[in-house]
Amino acid sequence: MIEPFGSLVAPFVEFGFMRRALAGCLALSVSAPPVGVFLTLRRMSLMSDAMSHAILPGAAAGFLVAGLSLPAMTLGGLVAGVAVALLAGAVTRATVVREDANLAAFYLISLAAGVLLVSLRGSQIDLMHFLFGSVLALDDAALSLLGAISTLSLMALAVIYRPLVMECVDPLFLRTVSRSGGPVHLAFLALVVVNLVGGFQALGTLLAVGLMLLPAVAARFWARDLGGLIPVSMLIAAIASVSGLSLSYRFDLPSGPAIVLAAGALYVASMLAGPRDGLLCRLGRQRHLEA
Amino acid sequence: MSTLPDPAPIRLVGLTLGYDRHPAVHHLDGTVRAGDLLALVGPNGAGKSTLLKGMAGEIRCLDGRIERAGAIAYMPQADEIDRSFPLSVLDLAGMGLWRRAGVWRGLNRHRGAIEAALAAVGLDGFEARPIGTLSGGQFRRALFARLILQDCPVVLLDEPFTGIDARTVEDLLALLRRWHAEGRTVVAALHDLSQVRAHFPSTLLLAREPVAWGPTSRVLTPDNLARARALSEAWDEGAAVCAGPRGDAPHRHGAHDHGLHDPDGHHPHEDAA
Repeated sequence: MIEPFGSLVAPFVEFGFMRRALAGCLALSVSAPPVGVFLTLRRMSLMSDAMSHAILPGAAAGFLVAGLSLPAMTLGGLVAGVAVALLAGAVTRATVVREDANLAAFYLISLAAGVLLVSLRGSQIDLMHFLFGSVLALDDAALSLLGAISTLSLMALAVIYRPLVMECVDPLFLRTVSRSGGPVHLAFLALVVVNLVGGFQALGTLLAVGLMLLPAVAARFWARDLGGLIPVSMLIAAIASVSGLSLSYRFDLPSGPAIVLAAGALYVASMLAGPRDGLLCRLGRQRHLEA
Repeated sequence: MSTLPDPAPIRLVGLTLGYDRHPAVHHLDGTVRAGDLLALVGPNGAGKSTLLKGMAGEIRCLDGRIERAGAIAYMPQADEIDRSFPLSVLDLAGMGLWRRAGVWRGLNRHRGAIEAALAAVGLDGFEARPIGTLSGGQFRRALFARLILQDCPVVLLDEPFTGIDARTVEDLLALLRRWHAEGRTVVAALHDLSQVRAHFPSTLLLAREPVAWGPTSRVLTPDNLARARALSEAWDEGAAVCAGPRGDAPHRHGAHDHGLHDPDGHHPHEDAA
């Protein structure tokens, strides 16, 4: 029993950069999955994907101006993410094209623009960092940023929780009793962007949604209500972070993809074995009840 | 309930409501008296839902205005509720406490009130059920429980009894009468004329134009109903711009006039123009 546990923990005991990576990922694991839970419940998964790509040109613009500077890239990413979220909403209201089609257009444009911008100044390695992150190279500033994002986003979610749930379930009712619907929706979009910028530091623009959505989707197979979904999704993200990092160390794999793949494996396992509508559950269906 | 403020009357002044400039409610004048129990009756496409949406503040007036004040509870016909959302019946009904609990305050101390409201609509024991597992009628009753908890002086109901079984309809009609007795204004769009005759003292018969408004027995005459049916449901793309009075122009009808029924079949705004 000691041996597998030891090999799981050893890299974190041995190497500072592994501990940093773990701390960063755990911070993300606490803040991103609850946002993902709301995204999946509102059927906005595609939206988060588009926004994560939209962060790329912003971060790339920061990189062009200031080099590999964390504040510049973070700020650029935040601005671009918010801009695309608002633009997609505005364009959808103003035109006949549905929101998902607009999002797909935005996300293709921003991905192409981002890659182009990075390539103007950076090397292939820089581009790889942008696309897939550099979780093993988190410095103090990046760690503080992840910690701050995690703290703020949990606090903000606690503040807007009730109107957010009401806005998800019955937007019309919320409109009749309160004017908070619009601000709450915007605050939620801001939370998505902020968490994606955090994910971008660790996992890169292509995988930033990984720790947000996969644990949230997997949690659906374990819990029935929000009170269960949110902690379960955090737990799944944390397990994916630990196992992904140690597997990447052990087998010399790129860490970002390893973490997201670990989350993906947990999703598949949940889909098969989860007690709420998992596939195995359906196979072994019990006879119906009396009432 | 003792905290209830007196409802204000809802005044409709030269009111035109509609979509894409096409009126669904055309030049409606009158007042929903405070404490009235009013039925909205008319054929499909007569503008009943549109009028309720307007009074609830959901849509903007194309012309004229609605003078209203205070909290208004509104139950739409087609709700926008995401029933796949993992929410319990208790939480759904508890939303009605928003005015008292707001964003922050806990709902635990109101638990008794929520359970009582659910019991009042026959949903006792359903507190922990996810909303997705309710039948259509049960869900409608849960919305009524939420309405009870909203405890508003004005209640607008759009075809509230659709899909609800007869026994529960009786219970809910008793609830409406109790609200009426408490002095609340209740406006309900309905199709069942015998129900309207039995329970609603006043009626507005609408067919895009107001056909008649007043005591139910005087409004629901065969004559008026035939006239309401005859008014076209068609939406004419080439319709001319309305030459009727602007919303704020002086009107032949006083604010409290319910005598819209002209024996010769004229519409009031034609006379005023």
